[in-house]
Amino acid sequence: MNVLEKNKATAEDHAGHHEEPFWRKYIFSQDHKVIGVQYGFTALFFLLFGFTLMLIMRWQLAFPGKPVPIIGGLLGAANAPGGIMLPEFYNQLGAMHGTIMVFLGVVPILVGAFGNYVVPLQIGAPDMAFPKLNMASYWCYLPGGLIMLASFFVPGGAANSGWTSYPPLSNIATQGQTWWLVGMIFLITSSLLGSVNFIVTIFQLRCEGLTFMRLPYMIWSQLVTAFLLLLAFPPLEAAGILQLMDRVAGTSFFMPSGLVVSGEILEVAGGGNPLLWQHLFWFLAHPEVYVLILPAMGIVAEVIANNTRKPLWGYNAMVYSGVFLGFMSFIVWAHHMFLTGMGTAISSFFQTTTMIISVPSVVILTALLMSLWGGSIRFNTPMLFALAFLPMFGIGGLTGLPLGLAPSDIHLHDTYYVIGHFHYVVAPGTIFAIFAGIYYWFPKITGRQMSERLGKLHFWPSFIFINGVFMPMFIQGLAGVSRRLYDGGAQYTHAKDVLHWNTFISMSAWMLMVAQIPFIINLFWSIKKGAKVGANPWEATTLEWSAAPSPPIGHGNFPQIPVVTRGPYEYSPPGTDKTFLPQDAAAQEG
Amino acid sequence: MQIPYTVEARPDTGLYNAKLGVWLFLASEVMLFGALFSTYILLRTGAAEWPVGAEILNVPLATLNTMVLISSSVSMVLSWAALRLGEFKKFRLWLGTTFALGVGFMIIKTIEYGSKFEHHLYPSTDNFMAIYFTLTGLHGLHVLGGMIVMAYFLGPGSKMWKSEPDRFTNRIEVVGLYWHFVDLVWIFLFPTLYLL
Amino acid sequence: MAGHSAEDIKKETRVYILVFVALAALTLVTVGVSYLDLSGGAAVGLALLIATIKGSLVAAYFMHLLSERKLVYAVLLLTVVFFVALLFLPLGGHADRLR
Repeated sequence: MNVLEKNKATAEDHAGHHEEPFWRKYIFSQDHKVIGVQYGFTALFFLLFGFTLMLIMRWQLAFPGKPVPIIGGLLGAANAPGGIMLPEFYNQLGAMHGTIMVFLGVVPILVGAFGNYVVPLQIGAPDMAFPKLNMASYWCYLPGGLIMLASFFVPGGAANSGWTSYPPLSNIATQGQTWWLVGMIFLITSSLLGSVNFIVTIFQLRCEGLTFMRLPYMIWSQLVTAFLLLLAFPPLEAAGILQLMDRVAGTSFFMPSGLVVSGEILEVAGGGNPLLWQHLFWFLAHPEVYVLILPAMGIVAEVIANNTRKPLWGYNAMVYSGVFLGFMSFIVWAHHMFLTGMGTAISSFFQTTTMIISVPSVVILTALLMSLWGGSIRFNTPMLFALAFLPMFGIGGLTGLPLGLAPSDIHLHDTYYVIGHFHYVVAPGTIFAIFAGIYYWFPKITGRQMSERLGKLHFWPSFIFINGVFMPMFIQGLAGVSRRLYDGGAQYTHAKDVLHWNTFISMSAWMLMVAQIPFIINLFWSIKKGAKVGANPWEATTLEWSAAPSPPIGHGNFPQIPVVTRGPYEYSPPGTDKTFLPQDAAAQEG
Repeated sequence: MQIPYTVEARPDTGLYNAKLGVWLFLASEVMLFGALFSTYILLRTGAAEWPVGAEILNVPLATLNTMVLISSSVSMVLSWAALRLGEFKKFRLWLGTTFALGVGFMIIKTIEYGSKFEHHLYPSTDNFMAIYFTLTGLHGLHVLGGMIVMAYFLGPGSKMWKSEPDRFTNRIEVVGLYWHFVDLVWIFLFPTLYLL
Repeated sequence: MAGHSAEDIKKETRVYILVFVALAALTLVTVGVSYLDLSGGAAVGLALLIATIKGSLVAAYFMHLLSERKLVYAVLLLTVVFFVALLFLPLGGHADRLR
């Protein structure tokens, strides 16, 4: 380096940083806040897309054989000749709705968006432990997502064997399944890189004074979630490789001997085991559902503590339950396989672990409910969503119990009851928590507040219509209506009395879509025109509100690295006039 | 803006960031290969008949390969020890040896695979060949990945020794941990596929 | 990695060479044992035992697990538990299946 270059470098160091070019600052950023926002917008798009797939599906269920209105012509003759959806296309919509919502929507927004943005700020860190790895995670996620979207346009369309991709069906399925597998490998890689980053960040970059039992519950939930992703995803990656080998290299990992397809014996070596796929898939997919709920509980905990103006009730119990839940989640998976010809010994094992795992969930839900007792509740939009989460998650959790017990599961497995159960936990459960989080942290990200009026216009119809979508599914499921039926159950006499619910459910779903319009308008309008607010409009205690007023991009988050002196929820602290004390308030106060 | 504990260990955990990071990554790799071992177990116990590995696979060649990989583990850890003693030239010698042994492993592997293909033994032939190719293939990809990283640290990456020697030494330690793990997987792979 | 003197590192180097010799010897043992024509269960048990010893040597000395931190041990212990579950529960399911 010559003298001129050396001087420039020194001057840059003294100035803190020179301005980075646009593509480095906003596109290939290593700043966790930018990456968090990138994940956020990308995932919201995928959520909307996945939701739209379902809205199209629901037309076929409400008005079987009728042309899909407005967009019917756009679907293409291969999918919907004359606008009337083919069963093959219906199956694509179903498989991709599930895949996109879980892997491209909910997890990326919970972990990639909220986790990335909030975690370093809440622990007093300048960024994640491995900023380059963080960037790599996002840039593995996006191609994975685009590959999934692109698969709709290949011959035979997208994957159509359910999000669960069971062989032998998925082995012999159209090209789209191979695209699905490749997309999954990108997504799993993104996830693994991210989970390493989160765990190291939380263990290593906590600021001084921030001991584990002083961590906001948001951080605990992200920590447990990261461990689930780290250890549960690899078996699905292995399974994906095995299925790719079956489809592309002609192996028979999942192909049993003597399989006959369309009247012809398949020319494969055979000797494979379709149940092997189910074991490897569910080994991931069960912990995956806790990945879907734990960060949501973290968000709800933050919003509830803040809007009751009192500490969380049972923080210790919530922490221990969260950790125990994470551990148990690895040994319950075969409750998804009760009907595969399981013997009573192994079935009893999984029923027992499944019943045990319901306990920590109940503890966490109870603690959140008890946290409301005696609180000064502020019914702002984030709080409305957080409050609604509680009974909705309760319904979702309770309806899981008969599924976790084999005798009742015999009747309910693969029916609409299951769809009702898991949607209650994820849709008015997790997604409501996501909305709560967006309304809550929007002021930190943008320095502006979202409109409360539009927020309530978003909340109330959403709450009503989402129940309209999923509650009747329990009725249909109990009557024996199977899932993934193109005709919605019309071919079965045992379904005839509950078929009418299909129209009701579909109408509720379309109204639910309409209810999201105020949110979309609010989100984009408020970025530019929302009411400007200070650093801590919610009067919250956690570090992102007090110590990081308006965190700049690329310059580290804190003017001074905070020192934590107290727990995360010192609302209405005794012995002082203050209504709340931030975590880094001076030690003598309160 | 500096990320703390990239070089020096954090007092309470006793670790620097990348050390914890690589062990977490290796934990995920244990689950990845574990899933494939579980596949092997399930396929074999469910099979009416299962070939004798030694009759189809080349045991002498694989034994040689085992020795190659074990040697490369030693040279890898010696390269890190050299760095800790400040002996950069010795480091390059030992890391270069590790890389060369990696090349050797891949050459022997190629010969093995080639011979299988010559005898019309492919992954699609039966489940034994399928799991053999998949397990050794994935392992081979991991060997290649390690070699790419080593080449980087022998080449452009080695500049860091001049500016931040401790950080560079840590990076080599992390590479070593990954490489030893790759050796470890082979230590279990070899008897499972070839000798049982 | 300050705090280790040059002598300590040279002593460690001796250990590495010893471990290498042990690993090479055990490799020959495991190949030799495979020619003994043992019954299925015994063959598997012995092969896995030798592999475990070799793996432990690599982990303990090359990967310095003997002197690692509690956090790393905790992560690995957790991993081992789930690894065992992944290896044996599907097998148990297969063994217990309805016929």
